[in-house]
Amino acid sequence: MEDNRSKYNFALLNANQVVIMSFFLLSSIGKKVAMSLSAFFLISFLLLHVAINFLSVVSGTMYNEASHFMGTNPIIQFVMQPILILGVLFHFTMGFVLEYQNRRARPLKYAMKNDQRNSSWLSRNMIISGLVILAFLGLHFYDFWLPEMRYKYIEFKPPNEHRYFSELVHKFEDPLRVGFYTLSFILLMLHLLHGFQSAFQSLGINNKFTPTIKKTAWTFSVVVPMTFVFIALFHHLKH
Amino acid sequence: MNLKLKIWRQKNSTAKGKIVDYYINEISSDMSFLEMLDVLNADLIKKGEEPVSFDHDCREGICGSCSLHINGRPHGPDGGITTCQLHMRKFKDGDSIVIEPFRSKAFPIVKDLIIDRSSFDRVQHAGAFVSVNTSGNTQDANATPINKVDADHAFDAAACIGCGACVAACKNASAMLFVSAKVSQYALLPQGQVERKKRVTDMVSQMDEEGFGACTNTGACEIECPKGISVTNIARMNREFIESNLK
Repeated sequence: MEDNRSKYNFALLNANQVVIMSFFLLSSIGKKVAMSLSAFFLISFLLLHVAINFLSVVSGTMYNEASHFMGTNPIIQFVMQPILILGVLFHFTMGFVLEYQNRRARPLKYAMKNDQRNSSWLSRNMIISGLVILAFLGLHFYDFWLPEMRYKYIEFKPPNEHRYFSELVHKFEDPLRVGFYTLSFILLMLHLLHGFQSAFQSLGINNKFTPTIKKTAWTFSVVVPMTFVFIALFHHLKH
Repeated sequence: MNLKLKIWRQKNSTAKGKIVDYYINEISSDMSFLEMLDVLNADLIKKGEEPVSFDHDCREGICGSCSLHINGRPHGPDGGITTCQLHMRKFKDGDSIVIEPFRSKAFPIVKDLIIDRSSFDRVQHAGAFVSVNTSGNTQDANATPINKVDADHAFDAAACIGCGACVAACKNASAMLFVSAKVSQYALLPQGQVERKKRVTDMVSQMDEEGFGACTNTGACEIECPKGISVTNIARMNREFIESNLK
């Protein structure tokens, strides 16, 4: 019997899940679904991150305890951290792939295009806000992740549960770093303002709950990045 | 009114095109945009010049062939209309009007402002149909009870005329609004259930093969659509596509 299945009808492949997933990701909708799922994962991490950072405003001791737990717990260090790094890499890589394919879909640009009449700047420039966030992550890795790796796994220094708060305060002494930090989180806010609610649409969720989803996503997108900025300014101005 | 027209001229599909300036005088504000182009072409023919080629057919907003990108927007500055329904009263004396074809890799230019939208036909051929017995025993469609809400949504989706404004407006030249409207109008009706899973996968597969971009949810397509097709159809198609690959 002739096999007339579509190349995208992956459920009929009956191959292993990895093969199914790789074919699914070839489709335009599959890529958007993957972007949305990785976005939700990163958004949930962002919530955890801001909660821990906010402890530094409340109490240095509490911040040290939380950071020490995150920095020494083996499940977080050897399971969650690699998943997080893979999630970040996946989201950015897929973003670049989609941007490249989308640009190829219109090889010759319009002489005149009035985009501002039908769509928001945020929605059209996710790649710009994404690139600034990527640059910030580079700085964050250089500032935080690489020294942590060196401290724990190259120099094999003994655990010191009192160092985290003083390191955080030290990082926010430099006004240039605080300035770039603030700019990056403003761009993260813009990225989230479109991306968070848009991820629901990509997953096929557009129903009577959509207005509530949009309001919740908007609130999250403003409050979380601005809390990060508040924490940076708080320590910069206080110490 | 007197106008300056900046029109994309391209001899054929392989030639290099460019914007050419034309000046046109004594245009009535009661004229339709296409009538204004007719006047321009009459002038050009009188002067022995090549007239501007553009698509048009019904001139009453139904066929969707008069697809022009006017001053940076598909179908021009007015909302909820096709180019043939645009009137010159929307412009002022002395205005400069930029007229281009809809631009997309999947809509190659044939000549001047005429584009080849057969990619839309191929997407429809891939799945926008239902299996019915046409041997003379066809059941009356009205004999099948259909929920009013579903019937209304299917009717709204079926209002798509396939003009391509969604592709033209989208920054990614995505055809998701068009394809989702076609997927939705069948997915919502009992007659469309037989090919439901295969339809969405085949149509999305063909859409991608044609070279359309992916959806970034800017919503520009919905704003510019002359028939008001909603982006909720795109969410429905995403859902259909995910479900068809999970089950």
